[in-house]
Amino acid sequence: MLKDITLGQFFPGDTIAHRLDPRTKLLLVTLYIVALFQAKGWVGYGIITVVTLTCMRISHISLKNIFKGLKPMIFIISLTALLNIFYTQGTPIIPGWIITWEGIARAIQMVLRIVLLITGTFLLTYTTSPIALTDGLEILLGPLKKLKLPIHEMTIMMSMALRFIPTLIEETDKIMSAQKARGADFETGSLIDRAKALLPVLVPLFVSAFRRADELAVAMESRCYHGGEGRTRMKQLVMAGRDYIALLLGILLLAVMIYLKKLGI
Amino acid sequence: MSEIIVEKLRHVYSAGTPFEVAAIEDIDLVIPQGQLAAVIGHTGSGKSTFIQHLNALLSPSSGKVICGGKDINESKLSRKEVKSQVGLVFQYPEYQLFEETVYKDIAFGPRNMKLPEEEIDQRVREAAGFTGVDEELLDKSPLELSGGQKRRVAIAGVIAMRPGVLILDEPTAGLDPAGCRQILENICSYREKTGATVIIVSHNMDDVARIAERIIVFSHGRIVMDGTAKEVFSRAEELVEIGLDVPHATELALALKKQGLPMPEGIYTHEQLLQAVLELKGVAAC
Repeated sequence: MLKDITLGQFFPGDTIAHRLDPRTKLLLVTLYIVALFQAKGWVGYGIITVVTLTCMRISHISLKNIFKGLKPMIFIISLTALLNIFYTQGTPIIPGWIITWEGIARAIQMVLRIVLLITGTFLLTYTTSPIALTDGLEILLGPLKKLKLPIHEMTIMMSMALRFIPTLIEETDKIMSAQKARGADFETGSLIDRAKALLPVLVPLFVSAFRRADELAVAMESRCYHGGEGRTRMKQLVMAGRDYIALLLGILLLAVMIYLKKLGI
Repeated sequence: MSEIIVEKLRHVYSAGTPFEVAAIEDIDLVIPQGQLAAVIGHTGSGKSTFIQHLNALLSPSSGKVICGGKDINESKLSRKEVKSQVGLVFQYPEYQLFEETVYKDIAFGPRNMKLPEEEIDQRVREAAGFTGVDEELLDKSPLELSGGQKRRVAIAGVIAMRPGVLILDEPTAGLDPAGCRQILENICSYREKTGATVIIVSHNMDDVARIAERIIVFSHGRIVMDGTAKEVFSRAEELVEIGLDVPHATELALALKKQGLPMPEGIYTHEQLLQAVLELKGVAAC
């Protein structure tokens, strides 16, 4: 049950999307998001949808995986659709009705926008390992270190948090089984009963999370970890020809979208 | 009363996905009331999956588990009821202590069984007695205790439900020798006093050889050996082949045999080894 969480999940693979430098992919996603928000008319949305589907094809990510990730967002997506349908001025479908043609069009476009936005970021996390991602992020945000911002610390915290999500999920599963074996009941009762039933899981989970944090800190210090200053990498990130081509295509996409926006289609 | 019958048990993880894997397959087993059985097997041999079926924490992909004459997966109620009949102590159980005091933590199980308050009190004290948890510890926070004490409190938490079958997954892992001995003694005395069935999962072959009446060996999700300590440990080479240990005494006997000494088969305790060596000496003296 808990194992179904897809948050930040990485599907190892050997497609060109997997081989791209994480910095390229981060920049591409940024370009993609800006481009997505330039879309005004059907032509713009059409182009960006085609681009997204092509990227999915290239990186061997199936629609099923994307939908699984979209599931938690269903509430927000349907709320957006409803609000847009009911609160857009224009020509009613049937005279006197509150629902307008413009409303329906807008609702579809807004839903498309959210779905594409999430899909784009999923393509990043599905094809990039968390470590590569935080490495890329650290280099990209590197200039901010000049402003005394703790970029290294932030990225290492991020990669640790990502690293420990599966561990904590596994731990939760184990504790839940153990308490179930002592007759704890997580599935029946009122909302308050169920919240109370979680206490025997949360307390040991917190205790063990602190213990783990402590052990990790000791392990890192005993291996002479002292922050980002002068730290080298086992895997040096190198931009290859494909990275520059990919970035060029990304910029091209953005240019096209801006042009289309000017034309209003 | 609480005889366990396992029929054609099979469990598949991640069914219907590319990661599908059968953790256990074709398990047929009868564990009579009051037996002390040990389950051994290498990591990933399916023994943990197996024991979680015995109290309906996992439901079988196919096959049946029958406890006390009833199929435990028959209904939601039976799945719930079996949890107090078959007590399961997980590996490192001390990590699941959560209450403010030791007393409350031991009382968690009986309280979930909706027993009256006096009965709970009686059971907590009884369970604490069985596991050697001192009266004065009952009001302390579980976090203040030592590792061995915590382990005993956690086991008391399961014993307090008075299960007819007690299953322990690696009860002595990570304890010092004195702690190990004490816990095994506690478990044996619980069994003697209540007539409960006890199933122990362990990697410590010396413990297993000393206390178990029956040894069940798992490998790759199947039962590959099942018999008394003597029967199982006389197949020492096979055990080593599937990645398991043998008791020290057996190891030594085998080494002596390799040197050309006529050692008998099926030595698994130090006493037997001593006996065999003494006999040898007697022969040599003649």
